[in-house]
Amino acid sequence: MNVVLAKTETAHAQSDMLAVARDRLPGAGKVADTRRQAFEAYARLGLPYRRIEDWKYTDLRVLMREVLPLAAAPDAAAMKRAATALKLHAIAGVRPLVLVDGVFAPTLSETAGLEKGLGIRTLREALEAGDAALLAQLFSPDSSDAMVALNSAMMTDGVVIEIADGAVLEQPLHIVHIASGMIPAAMFTRSLIRVGKHTTATLVESYIGAEGTKAYQVHDSLVVAIGDGARLDHVRLIEDSREAFNISSAVVTLGANAHFNTFGMNTGSLVSRYQAVIAVAGEGSRVETNGVNLLNGRQHADTTLFLDHAVPNCSSREIFRAVVDDRGHSVFQGRIIVRPKAQKTDARMMTRALLLSDEAEADNKPELEIFADDVTCGHGATAGALDDSLLFYLRARGLSEKEAQALLIQAFVGEAIEQIANDALRELAVLAAQRWLAARG
Amino acid sequence: MSLLEVKNLQVRVEEREILHGLSLTVNPGEVHAIMGPNGSGKSTLSHVIAGKPGYDVTGGEILFKGEDLLEMSPDQRSAKGVFLAFQYPVEIPGVATMTFLRTALNAQRKARGESEFSTPDFLKKVRSVAASLNIPQDMLRRGVNVGFSGGEKKRNEILQMALFEPSLCILDEMDSGLDIDALRVAADGVNALRSPERAMVVITHYQRLLNYIVPDFVHVMSKGRVVKSGGKELALELEASGYAQFEDAA
Ligand SMILES: Nc1ncnc2c1ncn2[C@@H]1O[C@H](COP(=O)(O)OP(=O)(O)OP(=O)(O)O)[C@@H](O)[C@H]1O
Ligand SMILES: [Mg+2]
Repeated sequence: MNVVLAKTETAHAQSDMLAVARDRLPGAGKVADTRRQAFEAYARLGLPYRRIEDWKYTDLRVLMREVLPLAAAPDAAAMKRAATALKLHAIAGVRPLVLVDGVFAPTLSETAGLEKGLGIRTLREALEAGDAALLAQLFSPDSSDAMVALNSAMMTDGVVIEIADGAVLEQPLHIVHIASGMIPAAMFTRSLIRVGKHTTATLVESYIGAEGTKAYQVHDSLVVAIGDGARLDHVRLIEDSREAFNISSAVVTLGANAHFNTFGMNTGSLVSRYQAVIAVAGEGSRVETNGVNLLNGRQHADTTLFLDHAVPNCSSREIFRAVVDDRGHSVFQGRIIVRPKAQKTDARMMTRALLLSDEAEADNKPELEIFADDVTCGHGATAGALDDSLLFYLRARGLSEKEAQALLIQAFVGEAIEQIANDALRELAVLAAQRWLAARG
Repeated sequence: MSLLEVKNLQVRVEEREILHGLSLTVNPGEVHAIMGPNGSGKSTLSHVIAGKPGYDVTGGEILFKGEDLLEMSPDQRSAKGVFLAFQYPVEIPGVATMTFLRTALNAQRKARGESEFSTPDFLKKVRSVAASLNIPQDMLRRGVNVGFSGGEKKRNEILQMALFEPSLCILDEMDSGLDIDALRVAADGVNALRSPERAMVVITHYQRLLNYIVPDFVHVMSKGRVVKSGGKELALELEASGYAQFEDAA
């Protein structure tokens, strides 16, 4: 009886959430309808919990309990806090595109002097303009996942990047998500990047919290379309506040002879989930998707990847490393499907976890579903502690216990970081790892 | 003052006593050779001096420059000047040899309150030492000992010894796995480090090494004890008659 009551109350709170936020959600007519449908899907499913196979290690009903109300649009004080946070995480030579509390911040972003072939607008503008093809793409993420559905319903803003065929962008684009607020709240964003044919581009995404921010919630999603012969290099850095939640989804589609090199590093947030669906839909394409989790305290980070090989002659590589200290919990779920037509697929996945304490946990769930016969597929997983004989060798040479561990941890995550093709971005990941190691003391 | 004083050392590994009251005194400037059959506890002694975890010291003491060595962490011992060239140097993938050497050298210097080496000074020093040991530059760019041949690993140990300038060098079977030419180069490297302030403890099975590194003292270890000590001629005696005569003594 109590359970039913609780459910009803939650459902009430949830339907209020959409109603309360209505004025803040851009897009009328078809967009509003789609939002409502998505919200209904979410309300039916509720927060994912351990009985939902995809979420079995990340029970949001336990870990997150509820979705917080929509964050207020940032005022002048919020913008100031965000600007300070941005300075600390600024990257040289990139074009910053900044979202503060889920709202695009023109004053902190650089939208002038766009390179030839580059178009940038906000999600708000795109939803209000109502271009049918674009809307279809924006709403392509599948609402059968509750958190995607919630994001579709509630997305307030984001960045829509369109790169024309043949353009070669020298300057990396940097989407920065900043939470400014002292009051715990949720932000819902969705961004899109369309990389035209024979184009190269680089996208960095950072998630940060201003000084003093606490248990905020980031609900983000990214739609990526990579055209024939195009290449996208992509790096995600999650450095959210240590009490924050980050629930992100990505849907990536590759054309023919396309190349996607993506890397994610997670050192921040209390609970994070990154779920990506990568559809290799054009022949001769390549995907490298790599990641590193560096966790301590009670941090929980879940990376769930689904690689869908639908056509022949494509390759994919997944290299994932987790370093888990204290009572941290790292989850890696890697599903690869090789469909009947996808002959000559070469798909490999390797995940390794380093457990620095007895209470640290790492779960790894590889799933290979192969329906073609002429393929090379493989996966491997290991979990263990640092090698005592290596530690002793280093200590016998003068390194303290922490220094010796730091060197071995850097080497361990280095195997994944090395896969970042762009030198400057690789350096960013190295620095993020060093920051984490330095904070360990 | 003696550099190293091991007094009546008793050591257990997993409830089994390996060293049963071993004593050894080493003064600055001396070279000591330790010989003895397989399993007699030579590496155990070197590990306990270097501070390897997993050994239970149940009796006796080790003084280094008059201080209680057993109270120090392995890195403190290293900064104080203890160096062990391992019988089996480990491979450390992903840690470039150069990075490792610089991190180690600077950690030791920092612990002693000395300033860190600047990059150019460090590089100059490593290059000249490496050249004297016939270590090619590309080996220094690789992961520590990764893909090194047995002989190359041993030379890398000598390289570190030359770089860190310890006051006590323990060489555990540095001659195993070295061909005749490499042995000569490594021995020359060791001899170049001989000085009135520095002492060496050379663990070996073969008299041949002692033709290159001529010891002042030779000790025979058997079943966890030093059973005989003498001058360099003791090594020749052993070469001729083997260890059988000491088995009973132990
Ligand atoms: N970690 C350990 N666990 C169990 N026994 C050990 C361990 N380390 C050493 N021993 C035992 O202690 C004894 C001495 O070993 P140690 O390696 O010190 O001999 P050694 O004199 O160096 O031999 P070698 O000439 O073959 O190198 C051996 O019987 C060995 O099996
Ligand atoms: Mg030995």
